[in-house]
Amino acid sequence: MTKQKSDMEPIPTLFDKSRPGRTGGRYPEPSGSAERYLPASELREDLPLTELSEVDVTRHFTLLSQRNYGIDMGLYPLGSCTMKHNPRLNERIAAMPAFSELHPSQPSATCQGALQIIFELQNALAEIGGMDAVTLQPAAGAQGEMTGLLLIRAYHRHRNDPKRTEMLVPDSAHGTNPATANLVGLKIVKIPSNSRGRVDVDAVRAAVGPNTAGMMMTNPNTLGLFEDQIEEIAGIVHSAGGLMYCDGANMNAIVGIARPGDMGFDVMHFNLHKTFSTPHGGGGPGCGAVAVKEVLKPFLPVPYAKETEDGTLEWAADLKHSIGRLHGTSGNFAVMLRAYTYIRSLGPDGLRAVAENAVLNANYIRVGVEKTYPVAYPETCMHEFVASASELKKARGIRTLDIAKRLMDYGYHPPTVYFPLIVPEALMIEPTETETRETLDAFIDALNKIAEEDPVLVHSAPHTMPVTRVDEVEAAKRLDVRWMPPADE
Amino acid sequence: MPGYVPHTPADQQAMLERIGLSSLEDLFASIPASLRVNGLLDLPPALSEPEAVRELARIGAKNMDATQAPCFSGDGVYRHFTPSLVPAIMGRAEFFTSYTPYQPERSQGMLQSIYEFQTLTCQLLGMEVANASMYDGASALAEAVVMACSIKGINRAIIPTTLHPAWTKVVRTYAQGQSIEVVLLPHEGGVTDLEAVRAALAIPAAALVIPQPNCMGRLEPVKALAEEGAKAGALVIAAVNPIAMALLKPPGEWPADIAVAEGQALGLPMNYGGPLVGLFACRRQYIRQMPGRLVGATVDGEGRRAYTLTLQTREQHIRREKASSNICTNEALFALGATVYMALLGRHGMKRVAELCVERAHEAYDAITALPGWEPVHPGPFFHEFAVRAPLRVPELNAILAGEGIIGPVDLEPDNAMLEQTALFCCTEMITPDDIDRLVGILRKL
Repeated sequence: MTKQKSDMEPIPTLFDKSRPGRTGGRYPEPSGSAERYLPASELREDLPLTELSEVDVTRHFTLLSQRNYGIDMGLYPLGSCTMKHNPRLNERIAAMPAFSELHPSQPSATCQGALQIIFELQNALAEIGGMDAVTLQPAAGAQGEMTGLLLIRAYHRHRNDPKRTEMLVPDSAHGTNPATANLVGLKIVKIPSNSRGRVDVDAVRAAVGPNTAGMMMTNPNTLGLFEDQIEEIAGIVHSAGGLMYCDGANMNAIVGIARPGDMGFDVMHFNLHKTFSTPHGGGGPGCGAVAVKEVLKPFLPVPYAKETEDGTLEWAADLKHSIGRLHGTSGNFAVMLRAYTYIRSLGPDGLRAVAENAVLNANYIRVGVEKTYPVAYPETCMHEFVASASELKKARGIRTLDIAKRLMDYGYHPPTVYFPLIVPEALMIEPTETETRETLDAFIDALNKIAEEDPVLVHSAPHTMPVTRVDEVEAAKRLDVRWMPPADE
Repeated sequence: MPGYVPHTPADQQAMLERIGLSSLEDLFASIPASLRVNGLLDLPPALSEPEAVRELARIGAKNMDATQAPCFSGDGVYRHFTPSLVPAIMGRAEFFTSYTPYQPERSQGMLQSIYEFQTLTCQLLGMEVANASMYDGASALAEAVVMACSIKGINRAIIPTTLHPAWTKVVRTYAQGQSIEVVLLPHEGGVTDLEAVRAALAIPAAALVIPQPNCMGRLEPVKALAEEGAKAGALVIAAVNPIAMALLKPPGEWPADIAVAEGQALGLPMNYGGPLVGLFACRRQYIRQMPGRLVGATVDGEGRRAYTLTLQTREQHIRREKASSNICTNEALFALGATVYMALLGRHGMKRVAELCVERAHEAYDAITALPGWEPVHPGPFFHEFAVRAPLRVPELNAILAGEGIIGPVDLEPDNAMLEQTALFCCTEMITPDDIDRLVGILRKL
């Protein structure tokens, strides 16, 4: 575990490896007439791309992959991100030409299968969320949030109530919540958490008024706690004329157990790449499906999949008050297809087992580490919990960042760190339901052991990675964001 | 245990005991009983893996895909050849089962590949800096318009009607919340009208958008348009096809201030329209206003070259309501696929693919417009798409072609009433001369 500093060398870039005249990719020879068809004034003189063989490119990216870490290699307890196993079945289905080789403009008669996936997934998500209608167009959670807030905005405007421009956002919210509210032109009213780590109901009561557009909440919240006063909060916001938005990033805790629609939420987004096991792909693609109650349906994005009277499916754009389009086509179909396959594979009992075991695993880690890392709000948590390294920092000078880096030496990806902002030295841990008890035990041991290690060793971690601690300040100073030919440097 | 949960009932019992609870039910004690789902959700029962494969194959069989039928549709999503290496690299679990590289020491592979993606994007578009990708070309353009308005402090953007209509709609959606006025410019003979540009720019605007090629396949007078934009003090935003950039003057030479592109054409499958991947580049002076993730090169504790996410202070997880955009997840895996494609084909291969597209499209154009009743619409230089007036409505045409095992052209009429019975044909290198003969044979008989 405490190997000496690695002596690995950096991998030269593609551009360093490029050699004049080399090429990969084997294509037929063009006849040479192309440039005759295009005006000389519009042609570029040089295409300064790489010159590499297929072997060069294959080895380059294979070597790079060996310096990366995915869920297939081990535990990835990144809180709020739901890094669960990505079943290969879903990949197999997504690779079928019957789905991957479809053009989005094909006549509906030639893609009834794809439309069936979309239509049934819309319905399944409505059932899971306790909602009435769904759009699958948003490409990720943040775009889903934007869609949801534009729906709320359109609803108030349609009712000739455009002065409602205030969005209530708890202080424990994901960063995307305030960023999105700002992007759609809403003002943020920050709501504090109470001593139980929940939204302060009195603060909500004091904050609402004739300018309230709505409130954004994550349930369970980012502390991994169920907002048990949600019905009362929704009542207050609704009485004031506002609508309730649910950030569905934490659906893995409650899928099959409880539904945002039953809690009083009017609109929510799902992250199909979290709850429904589609791969995160190193940062995307995702799908931020949005589900709404009947009142918001007329404003949904178009097109959406609809069943016609004869039972065939088609794209419909018949929503008079639609907020418009979010995507160049109809969204990330290949992600929807994986999520659909997952939902069909698990069935209703399997989905319920997801939440039960995700919550079981989180609590198992919680009780295993809470003596060393006090949990911010010590009670049974949902699918994740937030521990703090504050005491360790005081006693031994070991900070959350050090622990995160040291965990890499033990073979884990670190948890989410320094979030939520309301917990000092936060470690946000989400194991998901797909980890064995042995994996959880080993992770608990690693966390507890790090707390007892020589602080010097922990401060200088990681020791077994291709690089030691990366200088992020220097990166921001240099702003070297692309390779340049040596002569131009 | 159902699904992908590894626990046995004995595991669960032992774990519950350790936690100090007696049942799984107890884990949810904080959820009021009135909010619990009673029983199970109303969803179809679970399928075993063989059953799931069979069921999905059955559903897939209802589709006619482009391996069975040549595809003459384009309009923003293109069927190019996917070199075998592209899915092989995208399928490496170290990449596709990873997440955003927040922890650089454990994510050097993804970080370096993003740095290379940023570089290749700059080289292809002739621009100075590029980000780690956006959701798609359309939202990349929308964010570019928002960015230009914020840089200029003017909420007015000029967009030609020759821009892909779906992209214009996405810009409008993003513009709503920011109260940005979107001014639509008419075209003259299939390309943006310079006079109309001048007139529109008489009132200060933050941005002038220039597509290349445009939504009718035509090449726009990009240099002249960019000059007008610059003269009026507007930022010039290029919206281009990346394969066409292997032959055509890149945005950096127009010059454009911001350039976006739909990267799906870079050897990635059509996937019924998604995932796509947005390319986003700009002048270096605007790097701090740029949305999205950005990777920079730096050093580790021992002075070795290393990579990390940088300028994160622009982003939502740090700046919250003051962030320049709310984007978080992007299209990293598809950006990786595009990186492999660009690196593999490189300087010579990309040009070859672009030339094959031009040749095929012009062969098809010559053959189709030679048929009686098939008239070119706005003839002039084009890349790999062209508009033709058909002797029948395009949906009818496409139903006939589908019956013959051909994915027909895109119907331009729904988004432009002036383009009655107008079909937009696209030919990439995937279309063979035989495919064109077969298509023309059918059209001749109509």
